[in-house]
Amino acid sequence: MSMAPEHAPTMARLSLAQRLAPWMPVLLVPLLVLAGLLAIPNTSSWLTLTVSGLAMGMMIFLMASGLTLVFGLMDVINFGHGAFVSVGAFVGVSVLLLLGGMTGAPSLALNLAAMGLAVIGAMLATGAMGWAFEKVIVEPVYGHHLKQILVTMGGLIVVEQLIIVLWGPEEIYISRPEALKGAITFAGAALEKYRLVAVGLGLVVFAAMRWTLRRTKIGLIVRAGVENGEMVQALGYRLRLVFVGVFIAGSALAGLGGVMWGLYQEVVSAHMGNQAMILIFIVVIIGGLGSVEGCFIGALLVGLMQNYVAFLEPKVALISNIGLMVAILMWRPMGMIPVVKAK
Amino acid sequence: MSDPILRLEGVYTNIAQYHILQGVDLEVPRGAVTMLLGRNGVGKTTTLRSIIGHWRAHQGRILLDGQDITRMPTPAIARAGVGFVPEDMGIFANLTVEENMVLAAVSGPIDSARLDWVFQAFPPLKTFWKSEAGNLSGGQKQMLSIARAMVEERRLYLIDEPTKGLAPAIVSTMARALRELKAQGASILLVEQNFSVARALGDSACVMDDGRIIWSGEMRELVTDAALQERLMGLSMEAH
Amino acid sequence: MIKAVLSGDMPRSLVLALILGLILVCLALAPFLFPGVRTVDTAARICVFIVLVASYDLLLGYGGIVSFAHTMFFGIGAYGVALALTHLGRGFDAILVGAGAGALLAAALAFVIGLFSLRVRAIFFAMITLAVASAVAVLVSQLSGLTGGEDGLTFKTPRALGPAFKFGDELFGVKLNGKLLSYYVVFIGSLVLFLLMLRVVNSPFGRVLQAIRENDFRAEAIGYRVVYYRVAATCLSAAVAALAGSLYAIWLRYVGPDTTLSMEIMIDILLMVVIGGMGTMYGAVIGATLLVLAQNYLQNLMGVAGSLVDGVPVLPQLLDADRWLLWLGVLFILSVYFFPTGVVGRLRRG
Repeated sequence: MSMAPEHAPTMARLSLAQRLAPWMPVLLVPLLVLAGLLAIPNTSSWLTLTVSGLAMGMMIFLMASGLTLVFGLMDVINFGHGAFVSVGAFVGVSVLLLLGGMTGAPSLALNLAAMGLAVIGAMLATGAMGWAFEKVIVEPVYGHHLKQILVTMGGLIVVEQLIIVLWGPEEIYISRPEALKGAITFAGAALEKYRLVAVGLGLVVFAAMRWTLRRTKIGLIVRAGVENGEMVQALGYRLRLVFVGVFIAGSALAGLGGVMWGLYQEVVSAHMGNQAMILIFIVVIIGGLGSVEGCFIGALLVGLMQNYVAFLEPKVALISNIGLMVAILMWRPMGMIPVVKAK
Repeated sequence: MSDPILRLEGVYTNIAQYHILQGVDLEVPRGAVTMLLGRNGVGKTTTLRSIIGHWRAHQGRILLDGQDITRMPTPAIARAGVGFVPEDMGIFANLTVEENMVLAAVSGPIDSARLDWVFQAFPPLKTFWKSEAGNLSGGQKQMLSIARAMVEERRLYLIDEPTKGLAPAIVSTMARALRELKAQGASILLVEQNFSVARALGDSACVMDDGRIIWSGEMRELVTDAALQERLMGLSMEAH
Repeated sequence: MIKAVLSGDMPRSLVLALILGLILVCLALAPFLFPGVRTVDTAARICVFIVLVASYDLLLGYGGIVSFAHTMFFGIGAYGVALALTHLGRGFDAILVGAGAGALLAAALAFVIGLFSLRVRAIFFAMITLAVASAVAVLVSQLSGLTGGEDGLTFKTPRALGPAFKFGDELFGVKLNGKLLSYYVVFIGSLVLFLLMLRVVNSPFGRVLQAIRENDFRAEAIGYRVVYYRVAATCLSAAVAALAGSLYAIWLRYVGPDTTLSMEIMIDILLMVVIGGMGTMYGAVIGATLLVLAQNYLQNLMGVAGSLVDGVPVLPQLLDADRWLLWLGVLFILSVYFFPTGVVGRLRRG
């Protein structure tokens, strides 16, 4: 390197396209928001829809993050993931119904406390369920994708039926806590209070996940494990325990998503997990299996797309998301932020 | 000679339906460097992977300091003090050099004296401390791979072809680091195709063929006997 | 002679051969052996599902391709016939046009999806087919002007296939009318399609497909363009599924999103192919028969059992007739673990 000090090799400098490439996925979000602004004539409607879209995106992110992390780390595809969403929703709603006093009061603090308890209840239930699911259903079929798909689908069916056994076949209607009902007006647009809370919560969880993955040792182990599980074990870490931990965390997150989703729609049913799975799959595919950031961006895109298109042409809403998925796969077949796997 | 730190007795390992190791008997003396030599495909890498537990030996025994580690799970073997440097280096490309090292320091934060020693042995690692490991050159990745094993004190190092495909300047850096490890009293089992490195570093040598050890003894024996080299490996060390 | 008809794919187990023979006889003579609207309907359902599941087995069991878009193709065939009979009059030509168009459209869609699968991993592909099939189901429910939406389409089949058409008086107590003919259209159509699938999987094409399933890398190395075979298998499977849908539409004289496009049907297909035995074709026969019978009659059984344990907490709900899917799900999971080769594999082994 000291041989020719005047010589500055230019091959090290990347072209603009190459330097922009890692940022493209993030840029897609503001791009879509802008497109929405152009397509929707009324600015205040656009603002309402954007907040709604972001809120929906956050909730889908919560539900989808567990799935993508589990696949990235354990190479396990869990088609039964929707079951955790449903169970979380039902447990959360049951807790909220029990705490009717707290949710009925017009105090924001009490309402949030009630929601917090519901969320904790849901996460505990789905976390425990996740542990059992992993032990009984998933662990025996490590490494066999086809069997995983079949068995986890079977698990989904069984859990859905068990929900009906425990809670009955009817849908349960739930209204949002008092202080979170209604909307605030901002720049002429009506922004539902609950949706703002959802957006806030989503950001907090995303930040927490990123922090855990990037700044803690366990996060390091997970990220390294996603790349090369064998080497992580050769360093001395019991990857199996990490697997179970991530699976439980993923299930708990799905449960959290389920509670938020249930309150968003103000109704819970045994099939809601299944219905959410379509959007969850689209998000996970768009984001790239194993990438939390990709999942976040993908979820925001899907949420925004769903809300914008539903306003413009309701029948085409779901198809538009399929179209988004196809477009992104044509651009990057492994998803926006694919995780590079060793071998 | 004191008892060996590692002993393999009649180890058989299969991969799917392929019988790779067919009764390996091997001893790694304490505090010395043992070279594992042989042509491509004879089972050298499989031997190392069987020791660290990535592949299970279905017959025979592997003893680490007298402890039977044949069926131990890999993480436990690693924690028992075995450092593994695989053939493909196994570095985590998405993590920074720092993160790779922090991860390798299983027991806690990295000992600063030890880190200084690593930086001395491999200066580029200090330069690229905060860079993603995937951006390193081949030689630098290899340095990182060994540095990871070095970051904590280990009883035994299993190193698989650390100098493969590297420029001569980097090879000498590598050899120097391994020599320093040896000076610290570590025991090393080293698979190496570069005979000048093997000759310079090895105290004893084991030659493999067809999944079995066909010769083992002192390195100087092998080095001085060209006919023996020819017989064992089909070519002499001088040719390289 | 039997060997030729079965394209050399013998049952290879006495018990299996007997069971298959029994099923064949029962289905062939269903209107006479089990007269009654409900039983004949069950038999027709079994015929249709045998074909549907067999076409799925071609894809999954022989091709190793996991896809959730199968109900979409089933629906395309069914709606094809429905729309043709609604808009082109109630003749046999309308049926042919509808079924033909359905099969072609299904094959074309399968072609596009198959090509797309080139770009993405197998796991992605499975998830994508799930998303696409769900989206299509939603779309069909929403385009109510064309498809009748949630309520579906009721239509008339040719007079010759209706109960009013009589071509004789009675035979063994069964009325010789168009409904009987209609059943035999379904039965013979299903039989022909099933034997056709047997032919395909036992042909050189089928063998290459299995080789690809085992090791696609090696197959490509030997010289078979894996892509072509996979896409061809997907198209064929889709076309047969569409034809099964057409038969179903003819029988029911009704199509709707819940009879053809729903996730429940996809899960039913999965259950049937796994419990019956993947990669065997005969597994489809066993699986479809078992499950359709279970769906119709197990529920009654469970209802009875449920009433017996009334008063015990939780147990009555577990045994509630509507919870038959719960037990089927458990059976399904157990099958994947302990009987990966299904009933057929089990019978062939022992």
